[in-house]
Amino acid sequence: MNDLIGGFREAGFLLVSLDRDLLTITLRSLYVSLTAVVIASCIGIPIGAWLALTRLAGRRYVIAGVNGLMGLPPVVVGLLVYILFSRAGPLGVLGLLYTPTVMIIAQMIIATPLIISISHQGIREIWDDYRDLLLSLNATKWQRMGTLIRDGRYALLIASLAGFGRAIGEVGAIMIVGGNIDQATRVLTTAIALETSKGNFAFALGLGFILIILAVAVNMVIHGLVRTERTALW
Amino acid sequence: MVAHLLPLAVRGAEVNRQGHRLLGPIDLDITPQGILVIIGPNGSGKTTMLRMLHGLDPLESGSLTWAVDENQARLRQSFVFQSPIMLRRTVLSNLTYPLMLRGEGSRRAKVRATAFAGRFQLEQFLPMSAGSLSGGEQQKLALARALISKPDIIFLDEPCANLDGRATREIESLLQETNSSGTKIVLSTHDLGQARRLADQVVFLLNGCVHEIADSATFFAEPKSRAATQFLAGDIIT
Ligand SMILES: Nc1ncnc2c1ncn2[C@@H]1O[C@H](COP(=O)(O)OP(=O)(O)O)[C@@H](O)[C@H]1O
Ligand SMILES: [Mg+2]
Repeated sequence: MNDLIGGFREAGFLLVSLDRDLLTITLRSLYVSLTAVVIASCIGIPIGAWLALTRLAGRRYVIAGVNGLMGLPPVVVGLLVYILFSRAGPLGVLGLLYTPTVMIIAQMIIATPLIISISHQGIREIWDDYRDLLLSLNATKWQRMGTLIRDGRYALLIASLAGFGRAIGEVGAIMIVGGNIDQATRVLTTAIALETSKGNFAFALGLGFILIILAVAVNMVIHGLVRTERTALW
Repeated sequence: MVAHLLPLAVRGAEVNRQGHRLLGPIDLDITPQGILVIIGPNGSGKTTMLRMLHGLDPLESGSLTWAVDENQARLRQSFVFQSPIMLRRTVLSNLTYPLMLRGEGSRRAKVRATAFAGRFQLEQFLPMSAGSLSGGEQQKLALARALISKPDIIFLDEPCANLDGRATREIESLLQETNSSGTKIVLSTHDLGQARRLADQVVFLLNGCVHEIADSATFFAEPKSRAATQFLAGDIIT
């Protein structure tokens, strides 16, 4: 209980004092996870839309597979990415291990299946609704895609935000591939793990509260942006 | 404009679903003029027949032959579904949508859509979301959206089934106007009153088969089949 209160106090203190280290760690967290989610969305949303629209023999299995991958353990992703990018690994020559870039790659892999799955579901729902109309109006396959992505943008946004939530809160993968190096690859989650292991519970909790505030704030800002658009247009 | 899309010759057309015959075989000629009304009780196959004619449900066997080639034919017909499918957009975007699909620029499409909305008394709704309109207004919008591409023929599946009397009358007079300006109308209904008011020609459908094709006046005065006689008398037929 004392730790919890201490955590609140520490978080307040950290926020008010705008600690430099804290600021860089927070910005790095945002940079890594937002970049990962933007890339994952660019990959995942078209795939989700395509899956919703295409008559594919094994579609059910593909979707079951993607849904299974949503539960991909970050540690395992981290391990696989580590092996790929380690000096002896196939991509070792790139020298990316222990850089924010490889952290982005790992989080992108973690977020993509989630984004595919949720966007598939959202697009599918609209497709079921629109199908007859779009076929009647002779919309081409690309026009159908465009229409569903445009009119399903709210569902797609939810998909991206879910991906962001998973990425920003994830510690297993970035710890392994990033190494939690001070001034280089330390982010909020890895810093929390470190402070906890050092026994600095209040400080760790303070970081934890900031992580939560960050996740909620990003969600609220983006929802707010879309809301205003939605009430205006729909 | 090039040659008219009609007449349409339907020969031995059948529709199956999961191995069961839902419809046919149907032989029918659809002429360029007038309003053709398909009547029949619930489940007789009206929806299936309209979808088949429009090309939404594939033929199991038989043929549809339009007076123009198939690609042309696809572009010059429209469909209004029983429960209107509204794009989750504004009324204006719903109206411009078919034009934009055909490559018309957005500014020109908007000008045309706005002018078109006037004819349907939809102007005041243009900036509103289509989903917030009442049932009758949605159906009117669906009709306007179907007509904005100037089709030669429009299919309507029980367009007034969910509407009150006033909305029904409004749709009916819009349909009559549309027909007098040269668009063929093929409409299904289980409402005999509506069939009497609108039809030039009647197709009576029962259990997926055409039991009678006749001029409206002839059909209502002296139906030939026993089933049609019973249907007109309001009996429940099996
Ligand atoms: N997707 C479907 N699968 C199997 N049977 C169907 C399907 N759709 C309609 N039917 C059946 O086909 C028959 C005709 O249906 P429908 O064309 O909707 O009739 P109506 O529009 O005259 O009420 C009905 O018996 C209905 O149960
Ligand atoms: Mg029906």
